[in-house]
Amino acid sequence: MPSPRQEAPADSRELEQIVRGASASRTPIEVRGGGSKRDIGYPDRDTVVVSTERFGGVIDYDPAELVLTVGAGMRLAEIEALLLSNRQMLAFEPCDFDGAGTSTIGGIIGAGLAGSRRVSAGNVRDHVLGFSAVSGRGEAFVAGGRVVKNVTGYDLSKLMCGSWGSLAVLTQVSLKVLPLPRTSLTLEILGLDDTQGIAAMTRALRSQAAVAAAAYVPAFAAQGSSTLLRLEGFGPSVQARARSLSDVLDQMTLQPLSVDQAAEKWSALRMGSLLQVTDTEVLWRVNVPATAAAGLCSSIRSLRGRFCADWGGHLLFVCLPAGLSADRMRSLVEKAGGHAMIQRAPRDYRALAPALHPERPGVAELALRVKAGFDPANILDPHRFTERLA
Amino acid sequence: MTICMPALDTSVLVRRDRIIVALQRIVPGGVLTDPVTLRAYECDAFTAYRQLPMIVVLPETTAQVSAILRYCEEAKVKVVPRGSGTSLSGGALPLGDAVLLGMAKFNRILSVDYELGTAVVQPGVTNLAVTRAVEGKGFYYAPDPSSQIACSIGGNVAENSGGVHCLKYGLTTNNVLGVELVLMNGAVVRLGGNELESRGLDLLGVVVGSEGLLGVVTEVTVRILRTPAVVRALLIGFASVEQAGQCVAEVIAAGIIPAGMEMMDQPAVHAAEAFVHAGYPLDVKALLIVEVDGPQAECEHLIAEIKAIAAKNSAACVYISNSETERLKFWAGRKAAFPAVGDMAPDYLCMDGTIPRRCLPQVLHRIGELSTRYGLRVVNVFHAGDGNLHPLILYDASQPGELDRAEEFGSDILRLCVEVGGVLTGEHGVGIEKRDLMPVMFNEIDLAHQQRVKCAFDPSLLLNPGKVFPQLHRCAELGRVHVHGGKVPHPELPRF
Repeated sequence: MPSPRQEAPADSRELEQIVRGASASRTPIEVRGGGSKRDIGYPDRDTVVVSTERFGGVIDYDPAELVLTVGAGMRLAEIEALLLSNRQMLAFEPCDFDGAGTSTIGGIIGAGLAGSRRVSAGNVRDHVLGFSAVSGRGEAFVAGGRVVKNVTGYDLSKLMCGSWGSLAVLTQVSLKVLPLPRTSLTLEILGLDDTQGIAAMTRALRSQAAVAAAAYVPAFAAQGSSTLLRLEGFGPSVQARARSLSDVLDQMTLQPLSVDQAAEKWSALRMGSLLQVTDTEVLWRVNVPATAAAGLCSSIRSLRGRFCADWGGHLLFVCLPAGLSADRMRSLVEKAGGHAMIQRAPRDYRALAPALHPERPGVAELALRVKAGFDPANILDPHRFTERLA
Repeated sequence: MTICMPALDTSVLVRRDRIIVALQRIVPGGVLTDPVTLRAYECDAFTAYRQLPMIVVLPETTAQVSAILRYCEEAKVKVVPRGSGTSLSGGALPLGDAVLLGMAKFNRILSVDYELGTAVVQPGVTNLAVTRAVEGKGFYYAPDPSSQIACSIGGNVAENSGGVHCLKYGLTTNNVLGVELVLMNGAVVRLGGNELESRGLDLLGVVVGSEGLLGVVTEVTVRILRTPAVVRALLIGFASVEQAGQCVAEVIAAGIIPAGMEMMDQPAVHAAEAFVHAGYPLDVKALLIVEVDGPQAECEHLIAEIKAIAAKNSAACVYISNSETERLKFWAGRKAAFPAVGDMAPDYLCMDGTIPRRCLPQVLHRIGELSTRYGLRVVNVFHAGDGNLHPLILYDASQPGELDRAEEFGSDILRLCVEVGGVLTGEHGVGIEKRDLMPVMFNEIDLAHQQRVKCAFDPSLLLNPGKVFPQLHRCAELGRVHVHGGKVPHPELPRF
């Protein structure tokens, strides 16, 4: 197959022209930021790739306002370095699949995938204040604002999060940023089984200890299981909350990790590298109510799958052999009240199964109508998650 | 009266009796038609505008809501949803040719899951009732709009309500996990649920804050949090607004996100003090209330840090609450600010812009100048932590032209908020109040992109028309909206 045509518009006006041209010729567009998530979705889509690489740079940043406005093509690594130099952060800990921060902020918003701090700080959606974009109509438009508290008009920023570039091409985004916690302390409990690990996280998260993140990594090969509880904030507060956690989780030994040990464990979770997925396996990202997580984990074990849990059990990374069909996996997840995305899979597997979990009846039609409002010609990557009709 | 509502559709009014019969069939005993009874629904908390609804219907089940909406869509009858009617922007203002859909009978808490930290409630449950239902187990619902005794969760979802604690805990949108929603065509959909990540497009995100234009919420899943162990407050007075503003900026810069951070200007302090005798210092130009919560050790640490920052910014006085009674006393004045202002003048308009915090001194100065120019007094209370400003404009509606002048003054304040990089409304919603100012922030193309979302949910535009959008184009016409040279259209263009 010929290598796809690539465009890299310099500004929003050029982007408008490209989208209008594509719309007129009914040529599908694939929006690409850093490309770290390009292998999510159906392979071999015949598209024009539109890169946002030239929409970089800081547009407005006054640290005291806790608001950052940047070009949508700005790389995560650059953003995090800038924020770090002002002792601030993107509190939702964006997923960073390659661990090098090559993702762009536009891509992070498009995917809407947050990291471990989701349970305390919210999702990507909770930190996007406003944006500029060019919709599938080839029209530049803005929504939201550059202040943290705003209810003027519909909250289209939320709609952009997790839309995978299917509604509009983001050109500029305003984000809520937060101060870096002064202290971070990760406590580890060793040797719990799945049910105990998830129960310990639930108890910790529902305590007054204000746990920032909670993950459970079951026993692999030689290692025993590890349940991680992260506390963040001012030193005296973190110390007090660590003591209170010991009371909540009596009978368990909470071992503080060194800063380096903790950083390594959380970053492995963030990159999804803990499960060491091979080329013949499928990595699933599963959302499930934490109360149903232990049951689902037991089904996964019986299918010879591996998994680890984040978000107190609300999020499972599951690795299964490609021999198990997507429908079978999804029906298990649905029984547990959840939904599942294919994060990584062999090409032929991706060609057969949609990466995103199918919508509920009723909602699917509504979502299509919303999509049609932004992209009536259906040119913004229409076949990434929806099977091409023959 | 400068805000025009859509012209009455006489073809609907002549069918009123038939519509009543049809609605009575759907909700036996739940249809109100008598003008005296309807009077109770003629306005929400934006009382400058009043209109009797054509009919009020009070359903009790999702099936009834669905049947009502399906019938109204088929019969081409407009519907205005209403929670408790506490909107400050006219979001629940009735229309003379519309059915008012009152959700008050949806007043049950359906379930609470303390392990997941969620509660499933009906939309007519009041905000405070959620906290009351779970506080026995040490939980609470974080968003706390000032009307929380009366306002409903359904209304909170419609308006994306905030409150003094949203600085740390977020607005309604950050605390709602799912809804059951009935569309204008009667379809019942579930958006979100217990999951922490949306499975497809985040339609829930756009429904929250859509001001009753996209669908009628019949069930809400909210996140409940553990009640903090300790809550304490500081009351800090300053000789100038600049010093107070600088103190707020430095608290944030120190990495502290307080549970709440409120500012009152001198007229507000005086009004509140005269009203409730909270013990506020009367000689200060600005008063801050800073609340911290969490474990005892955290509160003590933060109080010490904030006290030091206040001293550095030449605070005239610093009081620290040492008991719950004292903390509530600090808040009593702030919480009484609106009624206190109500005592100072026959009427007031409450504005609701958000500005970048750094612009506060400049904006307060310009508001002072406008006050002189319009000859109307103004009192300022301010959610200082998140830049949300509530200037209260005092006027007397019985004086000819004074409401118009107050509205013009208010519009100038909101234009000023946008000019300095802020927005028209931080938490009260657009409703009818700010509807015609939307072009100050958005051009026609921006608004058309929003309105197409409306069209996806309600293509016949029958749900709460006349709110939010300055011109409600028919959905088929939206494709043709075009702006020459990016020029912002004038508000005097024809509406509807």
